[in-house]
Amino acid sequence: MPIYFLKRVLYVIPITLAVSFFCFSLVHLSPGDPMDAVVSADAPSEVVAMVQRAYGFDRPLPEQYGRWVLRAVQGDLGLSAANGRAVTAEVFSALKNTLLLAFAASLIGFTLGCVFGTLAGYFQGSLLDRLVTGIAVGGVSVPHYWLGMLLVIVFSVELNWLPSSGAGPGSSSDWAFEWAYLRHLILPAVTLSVIPMGVVTRTVRAMVADILAHEFVEALRAKGMAERQVFRHVVKNVAPTALAVMGLQLGYLLGGSILVETVFSWPGTGLLLNNAIFQRDLPILQGTILVLALFFVMLNLIVDLAQAHLDPRIQRG
Amino acid sequence: MTLAAAKPAAAATQAPLVEIADLTVRFRTPTRQAHAVNGVDLSLQHGEVLTILGESGSGKSVTLRTLMRLLPERRTELSGRVSVDGEDVLAMSQRQLIRFRGRTASMIFQEPMLAFDPVYRIGEQIAETVCRHEGVSRREGMARALELFELVRIPSPQRRLANYPHELSGGMSQRAMIALALSCRPKLLLADEPTTALDATVQIQILLLLRDLQRELGMSVIFVTHDMGVANEISDRIAVMYAGRIVESGRVEEIIGQPRHPYTQGLMASRASEAQRGQRLQAIPGAPPDLADLPHGCAFAPRCPQATDECLTAVPVARTLSGSHWAACCRLDA
Repeated sequence: MPIYFLKRVLYVIPITLAVSFFCFSLVHLSPGDPMDAVVSADAPSEVVAMVQRAYGFDRPLPEQYGRWVLRAVQGDLGLSAANGRAVTAEVFSALKNTLLLAFAASLIGFTLGCVFGTLAGYFQGSLLDRLVTGIAVGGVSVPHYWLGMLLVIVFSVELNWLPSSGAGPGSSSDWAFEWAYLRHLILPAVTLSVIPMGVVTRTVRAMVADILAHEFVEALRAKGMAERQVFRHVVKNVAPTALAVMGLQLGYLLGGSILVETVFSWPGTGLLLNNAIFQRDLPILQGTILVLALFFVMLNLIVDLAQAHLDPRIQRG
Repeated sequence: MTLAAAKPAAAATQAPLVEIADLTVRFRTPTRQAHAVNGVDLSLQHGEVLTILGESGSGKSVTLRTLMRLLPERRTELSGRVSVDGEDVLAMSQRQLIRFRGRTASMIFQEPMLAFDPVYRIGEQIAETVCRHEGVSRREGMARALELFELVRIPSPQRRLANYPHELSGGMSQRAMIALALSCRPKLLLADEPTTALDATVQIQILLLLRDLQRELGMSVIFVTHDMGVANEISDRIAVMYAGRIVESGRVEEIIGQPRHPYTQGLMASRASEAQRGQRLQAIPGAPPDLADLPHGCAFAPRCPQATDECLTAVPVARTLSGSHWAACCRLDA
């Protein structure tokens, strides 16, 4: 068992290197010149050359990659090409906001998903099951930027209950656990929660129905277990799969909210990426993608270890 | 060792442990209705071993599950009377039912590997049952689990308790299943084809173990199987089921030695040991009837070599042949 854990942790190193290589090369393979973001088109050539040297864009690509990785290991992702600020600070400030949004959305989505899925699984084929399945399919099918705009129209424009954009009152960048900030969180979090809610509902429903059909459930009843105790057994059997799905969904939430963050002007990594793409700000782009990718890697690690802890059959691998 | 209960002193004077009278079980689906059990009468004395013999779909497992009311309530229609240890099983509330299951009656299953929860240790699953029924601490539950593992002769029991189900072999997990079933000293053990999924050599070991334990603990056992060799090995009495009815019942030597119902005779003739080397086995022609559409008279008549028109008119009643031996066949009068 400790060997499995060690092996799984060591796997992270080659994965991380591969990830860093891909996000460096992808950005450089895309068309356009990174210098466009830094200097205006009519700048004198010696200025261009100077800036190129300053950013290191004049070096061969493998050397650029090597330097970038070496500095990244020390926590330095370079300077933004658009505004000269440290990429690390920019990314982490945005990441904080995205994390906040992602956790709020997953709290809503996972809670509803688990409750709906369990109910539907237990009462498979009933009216309740069909209703819940309908909601779940709707959840994964609705484009969430469209849902976001719809919610803004209803709750911000028409009813004027909740703000439509930003992470808090004014332009303050510090978040606080207060109503003034929370009300900014509600609409984007609800919008983002719809897909994970649908996915988790469907997974949990299928798993619960599957486990309930197992012979050991009948055996549990045959030895006099009350429904509550049978439920505990069902939960522990469903948990590994449900956790894996939730881990992946959380991963998507952490990186995949470009559209929703743009709709709500939420100052997170999605908005940062969006702006960096339009401004051709390569250092920001690389830095953000790298940090998000590493987040995914760590999340998968945690999910795998948690699964192995819950399900003894996994550790043999 | 506290498990060895005192043997009933005078079994004959006691009321039977199990009494089933006119039991009917129907399964409903939106489109059809299956008549799984059609008027079964059965009784079992204290300390007696009864085998219900029959092929797939004969209603033997359904009858067994009815004794613990394990069938899905929403889709099952039960009628008749089932009493175990003086309690009316069909009238029990959910609360009474969960006290009854695992304590008065318990069950071992055909596939021991599938009957344990794969994500809990074997020891925990046994301790859980003991804690549930006897309100003892987890420690005491585990101590009992260890005693039980010794009782069912599992080697290095302490280590095995910490195993997960997938880490045990088939025979070992059936022993563990038996340990689990015996954990609260049930008066009635229900065994649903407990040796069918095992290798032939392991089958014998499990059968011998069950027979020894039954004698040691003095409990009553209902054994369900389609294997006549198994029935012969373990039981005092055999009831042969066909299409949801008992067609013949009697002591082992009566059923094996002098089967009187054509179906039982067909079963005996189809055994490999009866056949001559190089000859085809004497299989019963045809197939069991559709339980949603049973024939009007004797359900076996369409496959019966001795059938006459009389067989198709009404379901034959039981004819007593000798003390405890009876069969339900019109041709016995002829």
